[in-house]
Amino acid sequence: MDFGLTLEQRQFDDSLRAFLADNLPMDRLRVLAESGTGYDETLWNNLTELGLHGLLVPERFGGAGLGILDAALAAEALGNAAAPVPYLGSVVMATLAFINSASEAQQDEYLPMIAAGECRFAVAFPSLAGQTGTSSVQYADGRLSGRVAGVADAGAATHFLIYLPDGHAAVVDAANASTQFHRSIDRTRPIVDVTLNNAPAVRLDAANAPLAAAHRVLDAGRVIVAADTLGSAQHMLDAAVAFAKERVQFGRIIGSFQGLKYTLAECVTALEPCRGMMWYAAYAQDALPDEARLTACHAKAHLSDVARDVARLTTEVHGGMGFTDLLGLHFWFKRISFNRQILGGPERCREEAADLQGWKSRA
Amino acid sequence: MDLTLSEPYRILQAEIRDFIRQHGDKSPKVGGGRKRPDQKTLDWQKRLVENGYAGRTIPKEYGGFGATPDVMAAAVIAGEFARANVYAGLTNQGISMLVPTLLELGTDEQKRQYVGPTIRGDIIWCQGYSEPNNGSDLANAQTKAELKDGHWIVNGQKIWTSSAHYADMMFLLCRTEPDKSKHDGLSYLLLSMKSPGLDPRPLKTMTGRNEFNEVFFTDVKVPESQIVLGRGKGWYVANVTLKHERLMIGDAGKMTARFEQLISLLQTSEIDGTKLIAMPEYRDRLLRLQGEVMAWKAHNLRLLTEAAQGVDSGVKRMIIKYGGTMLGFRLSSLAVDALGAAGLPYESLGEDAEDDDATTWNIDYMYDVGLMIGGGSTNIQKNIIGERGLDLPREPKAAGRA
Repeated sequence: MDFGLTLEQRQFDDSLRAFLADNLPMDRLRVLAESGTGYDETLWNNLTELGLHGLLVPERFGGAGLGILDAALAAEALGNAAAPVPYLGSVVMATLAFINSASEAQQDEYLPMIAAGECRFAVAFPSLAGQTGTSSVQYADGRLSGRVAGVADAGAATHFLIYLPDGHAAVVDAANASTQFHRSIDRTRPIVDVTLNNAPAVRLDAANAPLAAAHRVLDAGRVIVAADTLGSAQHMLDAAVAFAKERVQFGRIIGSFQGLKYTLAECVTALEPCRGMMWYAAYAQDALPDEARLTACHAKAHLSDVARDVARLTTEVHGGMGFTDLLGLHFWFKRISFNRQILGGPERCREEAADLQGWKSRA
Repeated sequence: MDLTLSEPYRILQAEIRDFIRQHGDKSPKVGGGRKRPDQKTLDWQKRLVENGYAGRTIPKEYGGFGATPDVMAAAVIAGEFARANVYAGLTNQGISMLVPTLLELGTDEQKRQYVGPTIRGDIIWCQGYSEPNNGSDLANAQTKAELKDGHWIVNGQKIWTSSAHYADMMFLLCRTEPDKSKHDGLSYLLLSMKSPGLDPRPLKTMTGRNEFNEVFFTDVKVPESQIVLGRGKGWYVANVTLKHERLMIGDAGKMTARFEQLISLLQTSEIDGTKLIAMPEYRDRLLRLQGEVMAWKAHNLRLLTEAAQGVDSGVKRMIIKYGGTMLGFRLSSLAVDALGAAGLPYESLGEDAEDDDATTWNIDYMYDVGLMIGGGSTNIQKNIIGERGLDLPREPKAAGRA
């Protein structure tokens, strides 16, 4: 038994974090927040060199064939840098959808493109994930019609992969969809409403149990969002600790005041165990199928709650500066807020956890 | 990351499951704080030692199972017992602290005399460390022992001595070399609690039980040979003992066991014919705790892996006491809330009997508060996390009274 990261995982993590530190300074993040598409061509293309896009794509389709834990570690690093990259949809959920539900021919058509970063998928997971907002899509004879609100990672999508309530997924070329774009609370990541009117669609039909296959994609997606949230919260905590060691008030470094010290001690006590939780949930997606759904629900719910507290407290530690736009700390606060709501908030995730364990029957 | 157990651990796991299937019904109740082990507990402990689930790494000649130390084996054992909600064996200061100290520093005779009976629960020890004026400053102990005619004559007072009112023996830190420096003047003695002149006076705690004591010494005679390592070596021995104070790694087992009990409590308790677990307000609290316990278990797996690799876990270890006692309290809090008014009747049957479920939960609920205070209080823990873990500056020393 070994509950830790391999040398390769640590090395990939180091290189990704170093790359993001070099390529995404605060002023760059501000520029990207202005455009608000959640996508930067240069950043996206440069990430290809690190092999990020093909992380989960099997080797025979040009990817690295790695696991959900590897993908979650990358998500944590992206969250840590507040990187506007449509990673969740394209790199993780679309890839897993093709692996779980597509025919060999469909995989052969799309997976190499995903691995090469040549397409960007936005994955709409409306009713199954328990998101609020409209979701009324119907599939008939190779065409999709209806409307899905609140799609993430869709600001510069080339394709939509839309899940139907029965667990089937269908691919639509973005050119055949009409989209309404909303800036979100997180200016680095927009939200898009998609309207389809008899749009030509390719249904992924190869799964024996489509709903179970859809849940595997959803569960992994939730773990990825939890990992992103962990990275974001860790960034805020690190920033607050650094600030507390520099800022002087009343003739003292403020980190020497117990009030502030205890706040930070509480943050680390709540947040650090979340890292093990995230590793475990990610590992479970590949290796412990019986625990995959429950750990995903809880990781998403628990991280959302812990990170909300950490986001608030660490903003407070920065005093008035924390509340300004100038410092830019709010990018992470908002990323945590955004992550909380997508793919089902903590309340919905815990409801699913209760259902899974049969805890809702009254007698 | 690989959570699959290799062959020897899978065999061990299967053996434990088999053991629990066969004998689990004989286990004493889990939880309920400290008390003198009753006959049921002693019988169970003996069975655990015989099978290597307690005293596993103690050499055979001293009454143990004689296995080589192995943190993974320890984790598999703790995990299986927790999962089954079966009593995992006695944990007390004799077993956790004195036994490893004697194995490291004691004479062969001391090991033969004390190790076996201690791990079986036949000898209960208390720790004579803190004094009314020397709590944190342990090396300043003033309780004296003078050598006269082959006996140490002990005079003085100890306080916060857990279990002294029912313990058989004490390991005592006392001053035997008044001419030497603070740290070089101490010795470490082993004495019977039945020695004349020794007077433990119980301090009743909020649980209603006598969980610790003041202990007064008036010309207490201790045979000269009852010293560990030698005169003036007491500080060294005491530090070896502290080193062995168990890392709270096993704590995740306690959380798991408690959480399992909590699920069944919410599944069996009803209000107006509806199970509590089906009522959203109760269920939501249970679900939140399930997430917390999951995170705690995973964190412990991380620490366990690092311990096996000999890595210092730093701040990850420093958060254990604060985080663990708070989580424990939140779990017992939901239990007493689920019991509700029906759980209010509270009658602890004392040291030798098994209390009813409600009393046991209420004792845990209160005892957890004591755990937050003892062994470095919550606020001290936050200082440690902040200053040693996050490297924040210390509070400046205020001028004035020391």
